[in-house]
Amino acid sequence: MKSPVWILAKRELASFFDSLTAYLMLVAFLGFSGFFTWLFGSDVFMRKEADLQVFFNIAKWTLFFFIPAITMKMLAEEKKTGTIELLLTKAVSTRQIVLGKFLACVILVCVALAFTLPYYISVANLGKIDHGATLCGYLGLILMSMTYVAIGIFASSITNNQIVAFLLALFIGIFFHFLFDVFSYETSGFVSQLFANLSMSKHYDSMARGVLDPKDLVYFGSVTLLALFLAELFISNRSKS
Amino acid sequence: MDIKIENLNKSFGPQKAVNNISFNIKSGEIVGFLGPNGAGKTTTMKMITQYLEPDSGSIWYGNSRQIDPSIRKEIGYLPEHNPLYEEMQILDYLAFCASLQGVNQSTIPARVKEMVRLCGLDAEKHKKIGELSKGYRQRVGLAQAIIHNPQVLILDEPTTGLDPNQIVEIRELIKTLGKEKTVILSTHILPEVEATCDRILIINKGNIVADGTVSDLRKKSEGRQIVRVKIEGGERNEIVQTLQSKEEIYMVDPMKDISNAYEIQSQIGTNINRIIYRSCVEHHWDLLEMTNLETKLEDIFRDLTLN
Repeated sequence: MKSPVWILAKRELASFFDSLTAYLMLVAFLGFSGFFTWLFGSDVFMRKEADLQVFFNIAKWTLFFFIPAITMKMLAEEKKTGTIELLLTKAVSTRQIVLGKFLACVILVCVALAFTLPYYISVANLGKIDHGATLCGYLGLILMSMTYVAIGIFASSITNNQIVAFLLALFIGIFFHFLFDVFSYETSGFVSQLFANLSMSKHYDSMARGVLDPKDLVYFGSVTLLALFLAELFISNRSKS
Repeated sequence: MDIKIENLNKSFGPQKAVNNISFNIKSGEIVGFLGPNGAGKTTTMKMITQYLEPDSGSIWYGNSRQIDPSIRKEIGYLPEHNPLYEEMQILDYLAFCASLQGVNQSTIPARVKEMVRLCGLDAEKHKKIGELSKGYRQRVGLAQAIIHNPQVLILDEPTTGLDPNQIVEIRELIKTLGKEKTVILSTHILPEVEATCDRILIINKGNIVADGTVSDLRKKSEGRQIVRVKIEGGERNEIVQTLQSKEEIYMVDPMKDISNAYEIQSQIGTNINRIIYRSCVEHHWDLLEMTNLETKLEDIFRDLTLN
């Protein structure tokens, strides 16, 4: 018998690819990141180094905007149309539902990232690439995406309006992406250190440079789990309202 | 699987939706929930399906009262507004529901086929759910509720949006299913309850106000016999006065819209057909019609829920 998590994830993936969502997301993601990596601004050729640093910097921002767009409907739509009632009265737990949604979004992001492997191959052919560092960068991208997917699903769990879910995910995301960094510059001592540790960018940038620190893994893991746990809590608490 | 409900309570904020209700349902029984809008029918059903958690009280499923996904495998549920994934095809959707309910992968295609046949979906089976008419959507909802062959079926207004032929079909289907399963259905349509249910629970303002078979409830509210007669060959006033003078007759009411017709109510617990006949013979009136009127379920319902 298949796990309910996988059954749910498979349905979500099918619905991504049935609607235009998946294709739009892939085209837009590859378009943006390709354009800035290869054609515009301080692209790979300007850098004159055989690495994917440019791509990793661009992908960080494109994913930041695209992930909320794919997670926003996850639970909000189910709540709005009432299909959540169908799911929750079947033989699945709330946790399995949240995990199924999470898995589907992460797989879609991984598919998008898989399409950027030609960048890797091209750069590897142009010069001597550090394979370890590049793989570490990809791992960083996947971990960061997982965290944003979890945050997006949390945002989607507390509302039944997709736009609200989208904006809320961006709002929460901007703190991790950007503002904690700023706070860290503006403060000093312990507080500064705290904000620096909370900042997603700090952890991601070091992985993108090829530094694999267990602290980063713990960071991504704990934010992801916390967000998913909160999403589960909000869905289970439906009867209180 | 028997269902036993003990002192169930549920409030939404200050509003009490379900007020300390208890009842048992045996397997093989079809129970109809009746009640005006907002009486607590849907809330009770949602608690039985474990979608809502009761504030207090317990629900026993056979010997277990856990809130647990494995019990939900034994429950089939058609929610009130029948939410469905619009973008899915019927066949995919049914297969999805079956696998979520833990139906063996190898038997899913056969089960889906069986449901398509049973619920009359064959003509539309390749369509997306969003393209279906309301009646077909309702059939899909019913199909997903029974695809895993649950022991308990909970149907919140199963025949809304169906045409008269479909209603008869679906009722027959529910009756067949009800022979071996525990079925709870809610409805506003009173003839539906009479046609399908073994037992009726009338709920009003969160309380159970009546519980019994259709004929039980009728007996309870009956008391008086009501007979409609058509008598010719006599003066209206004379007829009314003569009949009214019999001690078994409580009231004689000439009907306004039909000439020579009267509605006669008996005193509680008496039978008046013979008395009416004899009076007619005695006074040489022609008795053309005599019909015993049954108390309608509508009247019982109104009696119990209006006040």
